[in-house]
Amino acid sequence: MKTQGLFSKTMLGAGFVFLYVPILSMVFYSFNNSRLVTVWDSANSPTLKWYAKLLDDGQVLSAAWLSIRVAAMSASGAVILGTLAGLVLARFGPFKGRALLQGLTTAPLVMPEVITGLSMLLLFVSLEQLLQKVAGVQFDRGVITITIAHISFTMAYVTVVVQSRLASFDDSLEEAALDLGARPAKVFFRITVPLILPAILSGWLLAFTLSWDDLVVTQFVSGPGSNTLPMVIFSRVRLGVSPVVNALATIMVLIVACGVILSAVLMRRQERRRKREEQMAAAG
Amino acid sequence: MKITAARYSREAPGRLGPLWTFLFRYGPPRWTEYVLRNWSGQRLVIAVPYLWLLLFFLVPFLIVLKISFAEFEPLGRPPYAPVFQWLDEGALQIKLLVGSYVYLLNEPLYVSSWIYSIKVAFFSTVLCLMLGYPMAYAIARSSPTYRNVFLMLIILPFWTSFLLRVYAWIGLLKTDGVINNVLKFFGIIDEPLSMMNTSFAVYIGIVYSYLPFMILPLYSNLEKHDLTLLEAANDLGAGPVKAFLRVTLPLSFPGVVAGSLLVFIPAVGEYVIPSLLGRSDQLMIARLLSDEFFLNRDWPKASAVAIAMLLLLVVPIMLFQHFQNKELQAQKK
Repeated sequence: MKTQGLFSKTMLGAGFVFLYVPILSMVFYSFNNSRLVTVWDSANSPTLKWYAKLLDDGQVLSAAWLSIRVAAMSASGAVILGTLAGLVLARFGPFKGRALLQGLTTAPLVMPEVITGLSMLLLFVSLEQLLQKVAGVQFDRGVITITIAHISFTMAYVTVVVQSRLASFDDSLEEAALDLGARPAKVFFRITVPLILPAILSGWLLAFTLSWDDLVVTQFVSGPGSNTLPMVIFSRVRLGVSPVVNALATIMVLIVACGVILSAVLMRRQERRRKREEQMAAAG
Repeated sequence: MKITAARYSREAPGRLGPLWTFLFRYGPPRWTEYVLRNWSGQRLVIAVPYLWLLLFFLVPFLIVLKISFAEFEPLGRPPYAPVFQWLDEGALQIKLLVGSYVYLLNEPLYVSSWIYSIKVAFFSTVLCLMLGYPMAYAIARSSPTYRNVFLMLIILPFWTSFLLRVYAWIGLLKTDGVINNVLKFFGIIDEPLSMMNTSFAVYIGIVYSYLPFMILPLYSNLEKHDLTLLEAANDLGAGPVKAFLRVTLPLSFPGVVAGSLLVFIPAVGEYVIPSLLGRSDQLMIARLLSDEFFLNRDWPKASAVAIAMLLLLVVPIMLFQHFQNKELQAQKK
């Protein structure tokens, strides 16, 4: 037991070093004065000049703004569709075509991105042709197609989160409300949604992150002029390391770290309050 | 809510029930009434995500399948010949060509990149498992306070940009990168190692990016183990190694399978990591697909690559879904 514990603990430590050294090195070199990213210019560093450059970089800023809009829209769409799908799969019992729905919601989780991207693009091209033939409407790829594609592959994640949350408690509360005469829609909004709200929120955040981060699918379905942040980063990084990208990465890491720590603290506080309430209820 | 489902199934007696009533019991004027009665509420709730997934997930695959059998027309817009065509006499002409598939099987470039992709995915999965299993084990056996901190540390990189995390390795692995500088500083090497644009860099990138996907399923499995089983094994004279091999390892099998599949499947189709870190003389299959599509504009061939990739992954994906469903069922109980 002892040696085993020691071995796995060592591996845990090594694993964390492996996971965090690249991120920390990016943060570290973002304060480097030298243009050669990995040569530390100790005379003039640390410096914030790459952060200033980043704030002047119109291409990056407008791409970031586009990415935020796309991510917010697709996360919201994915949450609506994913919650419905999760509800259907967890609560509606057997119906015709349930297996297909289950398959369709888990497949995007493991589908290679190039396949999703290619198939989405070919669908949009076919729709374009169809629209032109039937209605004579010209339809350009861009923000709308990116958002649709992102909704489609991120809703799977929301579905899984919501479905497993719904599976973790039984439907006695919902049934009680139905017995008391509430209509199903009312039961859903008054009972089910508040119960699964944490899952819905984390599903939204997950969908937002995945959409914000997606490169491959976006490259397939985006049109001319709609470059998201990952596309801009990818095209720059292909040419080599760039200190501006390091500064950008540092800001993103900082935001994420703050968010994760904040949510952990909040969750812990809530947990503690619930425990106290339970104790009080038990006491008296 | 199940009550409504039961009520609906009473209304539809036979298999063709709704269709029958739709066609014969109600005339056209009552159509809206029928839709309102049967498609309201529950059915609408089912229909919305269902239709979305059918339109934006299943139909696209059928289109890819169709185009993979089409003929490449370099100057066409879109660049393939129609597969289904109504002839003047009103007959439907279907032209299915397997040329793209034959090409895939015979072109050495494709064959070697298939083998390379599978090899890379397989060994990255093994490496991930070798690193991830002990980590998940250590987390599952640590005290609850530390456990949450460790889990947060595992998940945190996942929330930061995947692309930027891969990019970070360029700075580390370059010829004048951090690793070479450090090794030179300590006098371990004289000449810088060339690590960028090698298979080694791809392995590093994949293991690094997909490690959380290996650890999390393993952790959620290992955490549920009944530790009294290990005590029993100990009482019966098994040493720690034997107890691990005979009790813990077999029990954690579902976690190993789920984690491995979550690494293997996306790794086969990985595009970003080999593009940034990998060799330029040996491409992975996703890169070939994208080049075929964007550079050569050969849509039929790109589609055929996608279908072939899907066929290769169909068994792992089905396995994954099987385990996923089992997990959900277990949660219900």
